[in-house]
Amino acid sequence: MSTPTLPDGLVIVVKHECETCRLVVPVISQLKAGSVPVTVYTQDDPSFPAGVGAIHDADLAVSWHSDIETVPTVIKVENGREVARTFGWVRDEWHALTGRNDLGLELPAFRPGCGSLSVDPDLVDALRARFGGSVLSARRVETAAAEDEFEAMFDRGWTDGLPVVPPTEERVLRMLTGTTRTPSDVVAVVPPDLVEVTVEKIAINAVMAGCKPEYLPWVIAGVEAVCNDTFNIHGVLATTMPVGPVIVCNGPGTRAIGMNSGMNVFGQGNRANLTIGRAVQLIIRNVGGGRPGEVDRATHGNPGKISFCFAEDEVGSPWTSLAESRGVAPGHDAITVFPGEGPRCVVDQQARDPESLCNTFAACLRTLHNPKLVLAFDAILVMGPEHSRVFAEAGWNREKVLDEIHARLQLPGSELIRGANGIAEGIPAHLKDATLPKFRPGGLLLVHAGGGAGLFSAIIGGWANGDVGSQPVTREVTP
Amino acid sequence: MTTLLDPTNERRVQTMERVGRPESLNGLVVGLLDISKPRGDVFLDRLEQRLSEMGADVRRFKKPTFTKPAPVDLRHEIAIQCQVVIEALAD
Repeated sequence: MSTPTLPDGLVIVVKHECETCRLVVPVISQLKAGSVPVTVYTQDDPSFPAGVGAIHDADLAVSWHSDIETVPTVIKVENGREVARTFGWVRDEWHALTGRNDLGLELPAFRPGCGSLSVDPDLVDALRARFGGSVLSARRVETAAAEDEFEAMFDRGWTDGLPVVPPTEERVLRMLTGTTRTPSDVVAVVPPDLVEVTVEKIAINAVMAGCKPEYLPWVIAGVEAVCNDTFNIHGVLATTMPVGPVIVCNGPGTRAIGMNSGMNVFGQGNRANLTIGRAVQLIIRNVGGGRPGEVDRATHGNPGKISFCFAEDEVGSPWTSLAESRGVAPGHDAITVFPGEGPRCVVDQQARDPESLCNTFAACLRTLHNPKLVLAFDAILVMGPEHSRVFAEAGWNREKVLDEIHARLQLPGSELIRGANGIAEGIPAHLKDATLPKFRPGGLLLVHAGGGAGLFSAIIGGWANGDVGSQPVTREVTP
Repeated sequence: MTTLLDPTNERRVQTMERVGRPESLNGLVVGLLDISKPRGDVFLDRLEQRLSEMGADVRRFKKPTFTKPAPVDLRHEIAIQCQVVIEALAD
């Protein structure tokens, strides 16, 4: 659909329903009687204002393409181009724009305008689809009249096993308002099929996941963070281990979009947490072609492979945030992706001193994947507020907490070698005299989250780490 | 009727003709790719021994890590050196 060209002279957009538009009718008549051509567009009543030859902008095409947000709006057009505009009734501005200082002298000096019909919340999605749909290049799939669209999407293999929201043009265009990026921008190359994914395809899958437009920058950052050689989503997907991308969100934006960092932080009930993680996984499935039983070879998988995304409780944390500890400036939004399994609980309801609590964390962390395997896997320790309070009261900062836990996880090779303690699994026998740490340097990530009651924390175990497998990746979230 | 936007990569699958199976491995260059899984070399050592006994010229290749696809240079090297490739995944 071509964009309407505004005629030279003055263009005035009004609607009868607007009191300020009715107020300025005498001014419009004054202008109409002058020497400058005046074209009036009316959004609702074709006969309003009477006697000025108003053109009915019935489909709101002129209003939409001229970005009319308020009526009345006056636009000065020269050689087909807008050179000035004013809206509402501000007498001085109307005088300045028209070059006439005899307009509306009997009217009050100022009256605010009304919302344009072209930005009416009940109409805007349909208008965006009608006039902006051409920016979308995805193939259109029509469902038959008698076909259940939800079943149709299951049948096409587009879902993760749960119903998805139908990605109509209206919904996808609304989703795209959540980013300043162009729909055709390529964001990443998605494994395993190594296909370029555009902002548009991400928006389509974000709609299906149930995201709001304001979540879209977080989904885009998530896709960027997992689709690279460092995070290695190909391996995370293909492995027989039960891991998927765990997304930890930081920054004031997490609160602006209503993410949960508190009670039931890993659980059900929060739309942003659940749909951002779900959208990233739907993109791996639908764009990357990564499906269970195909390239995804997980022995057990875990429920978090549908979505595992949460925010850090920065407001209640005694420490710098995870993102800051990984180089992001304070106050910036960021995500950190980690190849993780499901969370497990650490219970210690007795410890009131930090040393004792560190002993518990070390004992539990040692068992990660196998008590006799070291250095091969990273982990996130998600500390609950009732545990972090013990460290805060003792004045321990993030580094001190991690150092003390690491110090308790220096393990004698004699306990780790294959066959020791009657367990075949373990490290090679020649390392029996070595002392080995459970985690490589930087291999234990500390996050503060969870509800205010309960002396519990959680451990999220990782997967093959380092250059062999996967590194956690942190990326800033930008509009 | 609802019009939906396709969430997939919209790729069309290409079918490619397989090279015919050789009558014999005698004198052919056979590539063995080690994906770097623990003890994969034990299996491949035995395979190399058996193939060599059949007259094959066995060449060994190794991926840097089992978690990532073989680098393009490695795939190219195998393609230009070998007439037969045994591709397998261990776990």
